[in-house]
Amino acid sequence: MTSAVSFRKTSRHFGSVRAVDAVDLDIVPGEFFAMLGPSGSGKTTCLRLIAGFEQPTAGEIRIFGEKADGVPPYRRNVNTVFQDYALFPHLNVLDNVAYGLMVKGVGKAERRQAAEDALKLVALPGYGARRPGQLSGGQRQRVALARALVNKPKVLLLDEPLGALDLKLREQMQEELKALQRRLGITFVFVTHDQGEALSMADRVAVFNDGKIMQVGTPEEIYEKPQSRFVADFVGSSNVLPPDFVQRYAGQRRWGSLRPERIRIHRAASGDGVRARVLAMHYVGAATRVALDADGQRLHATVPTGAMLPAEGDEVILTFNRDQLHLMDGEG
Amino acid sequence: MRSDRSQSAPLGLKIAAACGLLFLHLPLLLIFVYAFTTEEKSYQWPPPGLTTQWFAATWNRPDVWQALSLSVQVAAISTAIALVLGTLCAAAVSQTRFFGRETISLLVILPIALPGIITGIALRAAFNLAEIPFSFWTIVLGHATFCVVVVYNNAVARFRRTSGSLIEASMDLGADGFQTFRHVILPNIGTALLAGGMLAFALSFDEVIVTTFTAGQQQTLPIWMLEELVRPRQRPVTNVVAMVVVLVTLLPILAAYYLTRDGDQIAGAGK
Repeated sequence: MTSAVSFRKTSRHFGSVRAVDAVDLDIVPGEFFAMLGPSGSGKTTCLRLIAGFEQPTAGEIRIFGEKADGVPPYRRNVNTVFQDYALFPHLNVLDNVAYGLMVKGVGKAERRQAAEDALKLVALPGYGARRPGQLSGGQRQRVALARALVNKPKVLLLDEPLGALDLKLREQMQEELKALQRRLGITFVFVTHDQGEALSMADRVAVFNDGKIMQVGTPEEIYEKPQSRFVADFVGSSNVLPPDFVQRYAGQRRWGSLRPERIRIHRAASGDGVRARVLAMHYVGAATRVALDADGQRLHATVPTGAMLPAEGDEVILTFNRDQLHLMDGEG
Repeated sequence: MRSDRSQSAPLGLKIAAACGLLFLHLPLLLIFVYAFTTEEKSYQWPPPGLTTQWFAATWNRPDVWQALSLSVQVAAISTAIALVLGTLCAAAVSQTRFFGRETISLLVILPIALPGIITGIALRAAFNLAEIPFSFWTIVLGHATFCVVVVYNNAVARFRRTSGSLIEASMDLGADGFQTFRHVILPNIGTALLAGGMLAFALSFDEVIVTTFTAGQQQTLPIWMLEELVRPRQRPVTNVVAMVVVLVTLLPILAAYYLTRDGDQIAGAGK
């Protein structure tokens, strides 16, 4: 099957800065694909390479099988929802949404109808006459979405589109985006630095670091079976355990990852398990994060609210299922 | 400093402000009054009588019309040149990063910071060296040097406020460079260009110093007025012309002021 987007040894270097470095990537048609990574990891540059705002310095990019390098943004059948929405301040909402059809020479009546339909799709019917300046952040986000979708793109690119919204609105938009993507069947490529957002929305996630893709997989794979220390630490801040520590409890000399919620804390001075001392407790609402010191090794555990909590300074025993200590390959 | 704006200023300050304003504007008023005087050889106060005959006399003087026509043409063409070059330069400086960007920005603004007499001498020397005869076009070139700055300053300020992602958004939605310019860039910088153009026109229209160095036999309106002052014949005609010039240049400057002010409000509303 043809990939919606494929990168082959694709690089984008800015002088000595390797923003994207020999990346191989295949995005399946119709999937919700997230690019996750810290700022400066190359995920946004990857998105801009797909949109055509950047051209690769090496390697190639194909969009649905067609070679895309050298093709300007206005000749690509992809559309972008920008981080700052980039709505045209001098046009009203309807003309903003109809802009793509207008420059393609679609007749006035037809493009107005299409724009109205797109506004309905994002639950903003009747907002056409307003100016972008009169809308709230969430509404602007929807207009930006409608403006991109009205062109029926083969791939929709979203550059941290929820970053400027408050938490509640963000969660609501996450659900709506996901439902919209399912309904339209368009390939969505979503850039975010928020691992929760990536895990909850995407079919597959690519984790970026230093211009390279560290791991691609389903959210479960990324979370449960991180292949490297970076992925384990960045996605859900796992306990990354050094080979010495892992050997003592799992018998193999490899780096390991142990999720904080998998650790059980027992208030006992002795017994089977890892002896540790409670350093600090951080209440975070649904759970409490407990910082622990196991013979020089710092660990974090999360205890659901309502469960028994140890006190700071307590000597405790930690247990976990052997198969939940995920062993990572190589140097990590 | 007092932050309470409803507090009235002390009486002394009010008097000082009034004196300052009078000092600035009373001489202008005098020019207007002398346009109606019956005395034609010297400026006598108070005017011995009032008449409107000088308006008719001005209307019938072909030299006034010649000078006026030349000034309008020079101003219009310099402004047109400045609009094209100033906008392109502002776009380059604000939209892209390149080696020497800051230097170019400074070099473009320099002509307006330099005294006109330096610009004038420099241009005259350059024209002589290149053996370009002084003509209508040398005046236009001289004026364009400072008109470009005015347009550039207005355009660059607006470009800075216009988000760069608007241009990317337009390209992303399928618009090529020309369509993006026509549908996104021009509407966003239009009022800034209009304001810059009007200021440039007004500057060129009353320019004296650079013109004296770059003109041949041609007389622009300000040069004509200077020559009239040393020749005591129909003196109030000069005043009539001065009055018209004040009105003609004041209106575009006021319009430019209101246009850019409104522009600010539109830009602010988008935030």
